[in-house]
Amino acid sequence: MRETPLSNCEKEFILKNISEQRRLDGRNSYDYRDLRIAFGVSLGCCHVELGKTRVLAQVSCEVGQPKQTRPHDGVLYVNVELSPMACPSFEAGRQTEEGVELSRLMERCLKESRCMDLESLCIVAGEKAWHIRIDIHVLNHEGNILDCSSIAAIAALAHFRRPDVTVQGQEITIHSMEDRNPVPLSIHHIPLLVSFAFFIQGKYMIVDPSEKEEKVMEGKMVIGMNKHREICTLQVTGEMLLLKEQVLRCSNIAVMKVTKITELIHTALANDKQARLRGEKHGFAELISGEKLSSNQQPPIEVKPAFNIYEEDDDSMSSMESDESSLGHKVQEVDIKRYL
Amino acid sequence: MASFIVVKKEDLEKKQNVEPCHTLRCLTSELGCLTRQDGSVSLSQGDTTSLAVVYGPAEVRISRELIDRATVELVYKPKVGLPRPADRKREQIMKSIFEATIITNLHPRSSITIILQETEDLGSNLACCINAACLALLDAAVNMSFMVAAVAVSVADEGQIKLDPSKNDEEKGRASITFVFDSVDLNVVSIVTSGKFSQIEYKAGLELAREASQKVFQFFKDSMSRKLIR
Repeated sequence: MRETPLSNCEKEFILKNISEQRRLDGRNSYDYRDLRIAFGVSLGCCHVELGKTRVLAQVSCEVGQPKQTRPHDGVLYVNVELSPMACPSFEAGRQTEEGVELSRLMERCLKESRCMDLESLCIVAGEKAWHIRIDIHVLNHEGNILDCSSIAAIAALAHFRRPDVTVQGQEITIHSMEDRNPVPLSIHHIPLLVSFAFFIQGKYMIVDPSEKEEKVMEGKMVIGMNKHREICTLQVTGEMLLLKEQVLRCSNIAVMKVTKITELIHTALANDKQARLRGEKHGFAELISGEKLSSNQQPPIEVKPAFNIYEEDDDSMSSMESDESSLGHKVQEVDIKRYL
Repeated sequence: MASFIVVKKEDLEKKQNVEPCHTLRCLTSELGCLTRQDGSVSLSQGDTTSLAVVYGPAEVRISRELIDRATVELVYKPKVGLPRPADRKREQIMKSIFEATIITNLHPRSSITIILQETEDLGSNLACCINAACLALLDAAVNMSFMVAAVAVSVADEGQIKLDPSKNDEEKGRASITFVFDSVDLNVVSIVTSGKFSQIEYKAGLELAREASQKVFQFFKDSMSRKLIR
């Protein structure tokens, strides 16, 4: 489906507002939208809402061969899915310029910042290592997918636990989750991406652009940073020139934002851990609040069959079993995909 | 943050031990949870959650255009990795169900796209997806000749039938069956099965699922009226 373009008057209106230090949703220039982080029941599943933008990240692992060039390291894959789910103009299976840029930046943020200890993923040097995969699904595109996915990805990695492994001589044992407590990935630091949008030859700058603002902006700068003020990624796109002061100002703002978000991720992780320990309810089902008009909840219902299937069942079952012993073919192997 | 009721672990276990077989798990829906789509729903059945969005009727790619009716497209997205053949099969099953329910003749030369995202699979995932897609179609106000509700049952080794099975029940059981019913006279629209089961087990499962499907339809109606009337 084609995307509806932004009309000229809308563009002018947004630009005029920005030049007057105002934004459509009432935020100040350097404000983030509300951030909500939730974890699923399964490990390594994270759902992040940044305003109305929504991203789901899932981490998974499997044992495979390490790369020939790095025989002592595990492998980290980053996969960003821009499907038509998020926005009608995205097409499934076709990589757009936007999609490539997004996955490349995510890779730079997660892989090249060396935030994860890949060496600890090695099982047998040169033969077996863990392959960690992050799938990032963009669910709703309301601007600034990038920041949202970077939060989701790193939070999911921090939430994930892999099965424990022991090596004895030539024998490798992968313990099941019940057998031994699963092990968390060793994460050195939390790199996060912060996007800045520039307007009118870099004269005006805003943090966390919304979808409409992204359509109007002239250029974008992305800073990847952790809370120790270390810059992991810096990228400038668009047709504009920036002054040195502006870059410095952006990095100072990024420090503040990153510290805040890192704290939020830690609280979310701690809350989830607490809920799990206490055996309380957790997961996405709890995310939907019953108070909203658009949401509805039906408590568990016991279903009573119209006639007692069990009576009939028991009788016939016992007869069935006796039949079964004499007539082996009584229990039919049925695999129907019928269409009535 | 979402408000939730805290259930004590002991109470939960007690409850689970008493009547584990014939309960339809807690259903939770949020209509219009996303903003860019024509219809969107996030539906949870117990801990199993899926997200469905609907676009349409909208313009269609020329290669898929049908002169006399709308093209129904359905995409199922697994949470991990790329879609596998099993997911494609699931897609086909669901597509045929919704081609039957949607009155496609009303919108010739247009497309109705349904996209399903698995967000958490903890048992009866297919049923949850079908129910979510049906609610999303209702949310997008697409004309349908009837609603559909899917209910899964699993057959344990001893022949005991479990309604709305969890992941554990599905794995332990010898068979699992997903029934899809229409809302008019609760007839079967589609059946998806795997594993071995007897005719009697099938019939018992069918009756149980039919009864449960009424509750699901009631839930659909409640969800819609909550959104539209109140």
